[in-house]
Amino acid sequence: MSNILKNDREVVIPGECLAEGMDYLPGDNTYREGEKIYSKILGLVGVAGRVMKITPLSGPYLPKTGDKIIAQVFDITMSGWRFKTNTAYSAMMNVKDASSRFIKRDEDLSKILAIGDYAVVTITKVTSQNLIDLTMKEPGLHQVSGGRLVKINSQKVPRIIGKQGSMISLIKDKTGCNITVGQNGIVWIKGDSDKELLAEKAVKMIEARSHEEGLTGKMEKFLSGGASQ
Amino acid sequence: MTYTERVDGRKFDELRPMEAKAGVIPNADGSALVKAGKTTAYAAVYGPRELFPRFKQNPKTGIVRCHYGMMPFSGSGERIRPGNSRRSQEIAMVMEKSLNAMIDLSAFPNAVVDIYVDLPQTDAGTRCAAISAASIALADAGIPMKDMISSVAVGEVDGTVVADLSYDEEAYDAIVSDIPVAMTHNTKEITLLQMDGEISKENLMKALEMAKVGTETVYELQMKALKEKFSRSD
Repeated sequence: MSNILKNDREVVIPGECLAEGMDYLPGDNTYREGEKIYSKILGLVGVAGRVMKITPLSGPYLPKTGDKIIAQVFDITMSGWRFKTNTAYSAMMNVKDASSRFIKRDEDLSKILAIGDYAVVTITKVTSQNLIDLTMKEPGLHQVSGGRLVKINSQKVPRIIGKQGSMISLIKDKTGCNITVGQNGIVWIKGDSDKELLAEKAVKMIEARSHEEGLTGKMEKFLSGGASQ
Repeated sequence: MTYTERVDGRKFDELRPMEAKAGVIPNADGSALVKAGKTTAYAAVYGPRELFPRFKQNPKTGIVRCHYGMMPFSGSGERIRPGNSRRSQEIAMVMEKSLNAMIDLSAFPNAVVDIYVDLPQTDAGTRCAAISAASIALADAGIPMKDMISSVAVGEVDGTVVADLSYDEEAYDAIVSDIPVAMTHNTKEITLLQMDGEISKENLMKALEMAKVGTETVYELQMKALKEKFSRSD
């Protein structure tokens, strides 16, 4: 006899039993002990067919290949730049991944990206030891200039973007700002200064109320009201 | 057996009135508050983050680092010298070992999770309150853990086995033993067991059974604190 002990989208804490019996399989952030499946992290239960998984509600960002993040240069080496990634690990970007133009051997790398600069970059490789390689060569990747950076919990990033980008395009439409969301929880907002402030407020609000339903509608109301002030 | 009624009138297996709350320190990645009678513990968790000094890094897994501190005014009048002491070092170490048993930081090699516990008010049972609070804070911070750790002290006062001793009981003028215990919820494995004083073998077994029930009460409270934080809707 196998049965699920928790409902879909229920909040569970580490060590709570999710299901009994061998008919279910442990997915992300769960583990099996004997016949039972337990949660390994605080989060929401997800049942996908026979697989039980947990979507974390808080926690650190785990770097993944292909993620677009916003990172800060903190060191320049012979062969490239080292970035802070808002995780426990720093990332490396090689000279050849910085620009599509040819960078000469004796060029001053700090003219391209100086220490303290932020850039929108993509993760090209993550090793088992969490060494991270970055690139800035793909379209849409560039140095961050002007605007403001907002730090949020990286687990809330999908909420900021919304289904098929519905939430983020709503904020962009209503405020006229350019917004780039890094998967590591750093959001770059650039536009008119009062609109920037409104967009920042909106992002913070989504972060604080991310577990609520119908948030896109609420945000639309908030942004329409705020924008007309 | 002359200890027939407890100093504060509790039943022998009754814990002090407890309170727990998650997410009390906005700057921290995870935090918690646990009150047990007149003992108050605040726990804050930061990380996983880069570990320095580098020679302490472990390439196979992340590590846990604990800090335990009683605030200068937290006792009953006598000023407690702030900073590291032999006692606080010991407690930080046993906390680390107790919590480490269930934390899984294999996804974070070379990193560290820092746990800071400070107590603005103390009245016995501080390491238990500290561990219970740290466990909530770790879960709040989204650190992968196999199970929650709940902790409570048990002991014997003048021949009677009691749970969750207060300072008056620890200082009772007779043979007293104080046994802080930390346990996991599912398997009831013991991750902390220390003792001060003396106790007979039979009473020790009785006390550990009492700890099983006591930690379960603490667990319910921890669960409530975490669920309250994450399921509140407007």
